Amino acid sequence: MTSIVQIKDLKKVYEGGFEALKGVTLDIEEGEILALLGPNGAGKTTLISTVCGITNPSSGSVSVGGHDVVTGFRGARRLIGLVPQEINLEPFLKVWDSVAFSRGLFGKGRDDAYLEKILKQLSLWDKRNARVMELSGGMKRRVLIAKALSHEPRILFLDEPTAGVDVELRKEMWDVVAELKASGVTIILTTHYIEEAEAIADRIGVITKGELLLVEDKTSLIKRLGQKQLKIELSDPCDAIPEALSAYALDRVDDGHALIYTYDTQAERTGITQLLSDLAKTGLHMSDLQTMQSSLEDIFVGLVKEDAA
Amino acid sequence: MNLSAVWAIYYSEMARFFRTLAQSFISPVISTSLYFVVFGSAIGSRIDQVEGVSYGAFIVPGLIMLSVMTQSLSNASFGIYFPKFIGTIYELLSAPINYFEIVLGYVGAAATKSLFIGLVILGTASFFVDLQIQHPIWMLAFLVMTCISFALFGFIIGIWAQNFEQLQLIPLLVVTPLVFLGGSFYSISMLPAAWQTIAMANPVVYLISGFRWSFFGLADVPVAVSLMAIGGFMVLCLGLIWWIFRTGWRIRS
Ligand SMILES: Nc1ncnc2c1ncn2[C@@H]1O[C@H](COP(=O)(O)OP(=O)(O)O)[C@@H](O)[C@H]1O
Ligand SMILES: [Mg+2]
Repeated sequence: MTSIVQIKDLKKVYEGGFEALKGVTLDIEEGEILALLGPNGAGKTTLISTVCGITNPSSGSVSVGGHDVVTGFRGARRLIGLVPQEINLEPFLKVWDSVAFSRGLFGKGRDDAYLEKILKQLSLWDKRNARVMELSGGMKRRVLIAKALSHEPRILFLDEPTAGVDVELRKEMWDVVAELKASGVTIILTTHYIEEAEAIADRIGVITKGELLLVEDKTSLIKRLGQKQLKIELSDPCDAIPEALSAYALDRVDDGHALIYTYDTQAERTGITQLLSDLAKTGLHMSDLQTMQSSLEDIFVGLVKEDAA
Repeated sequence: MNLSAVWAIYYSEMARFFRTLAQSFISPVISTSLYFVVFGSAIGSRIDQVEGVSYGAFIVPGLIMLSVMTQSLSNASFGIYFPKFIGTIYELLSAPINYFEIVLGYVGAAATKSLFIGLVILGTASFFVDLQIQHPIWMLAFLVMTCISFALFGFIIGIWAQNFEQLQLIPLLVVTPLVFLGGSFYSISMLPAAWQTIAMANPVVYLISGFRWSFFGLADVPVAVSLMAIGGFMVLCLGLIWWIFRTGWRIRS
């Protein structure tokens, strides 16, 4: 399967010389929900802006549905709907006119039935003749989504759709995303909530300081996240892992002065108690015990810390 | 060509105009009438005639130009500044449209509005003075070209401006004085010789002169020169806009 969005070694240097993207490579598959997770200032908005044509890339390339976003911008942009991070709407415009404008801008002929469908889907139908400024924050965000969907895009970018949104509305937004996925739309959303990525994404990409650290299937990522390591230091080094402990898939480190056991914190049994009693039977003596988080978890802890700062 | 997008922009810009149609219509009628009361009656009673044309009629082309130029500038500059200011420009930048289509939509709408206002002033003026237009086709051509070129210039100002003060700055400090000094209300030949030379450096002189020629067959400068001046101004503005969109200056950071 060819990816619907292909980003290759994308770099973005802003006018002041700040490098907001330091060579991002990412393939997005058709029909998936990809969450880009990262703290404020990581470069999420910059990445989306470059794909959508709001900023020019400094180097590297982006193609959308086979169209280069610079040389084939028309073909690329027709496929994309963008919901920006900020609520940027013309306040005096009526909801209907605002959405109809977007459809026209993307080169689509008038289709009232389709607009009616999306306004109903987003619970905006009753407000179609209201001016944007009369709407609540949550409704304004839904108007932005309606505008982004007005031209029937195959790919939807949602830049922090639930930042500063209350719990109820967040759930509602997730439902909308799930419905869109069911209709075949590829969705890329950014967030700085781990739980949000966990709740709706198929794949999760972690981005900090302009670098994409990893992109991984949600389930395997969560599994890895749950892993911890136990370091068992031995008073006397061992030459090989004793046969009796082979079931534990231990790693021998520090010239045999220590053994490492990797276990799943979310499993029913971690196996630690059994391991320690088996270890005692082999005649090895341990001098110390130490647990360590996987490097991935370190990343997340770092993320959360930066977020709090 | 994404005509649907051009139409969407044009239509939404015009919709703003139509929402305030009464105001768009009444204010030029009132201001034109005031000009006739002040200039036509008060001054006209002393000046009587300029080069064989009654003073009241003589000022009509200048009056129209004055409004059309300032209206084109302010409509077009506000038209593109507003989405920048409220952030809705993201939509223009992410849409499958090129710069020419954006310009066509915004400049087309701004030019249409000022053309409308120019015609309203012409209509109002005809109530006050006896007007005969010698070259009506040229009159319309000059009018339309002025609407378009000043709307293009306004578009550039709107992109350049980073706040409301800057948006007002060029129209206020540069354009309005040039228009007032450009012979809207007098013939350049009425000035002392030294001032006549200086006046020739004012591009607006060429526009007003050409426009006035289309009414009365009188011109301060040859008509061909006027046409070249306005054509050159238009090309200059188009070139600048092309450069702006190619480099993304002040729009695509
Ligand atoms: N127009 C700009 N000019 C200069 N620096 C910018 C601009 N936009 C964003 N940045 C910087 O680029 C970095 C990434 O910003 P952004 O992409 O908005 O991050 P995120 O969306 O992940 O919070 C930040 O350090 C920000 O200050
Ligand atoms: Mg952001």
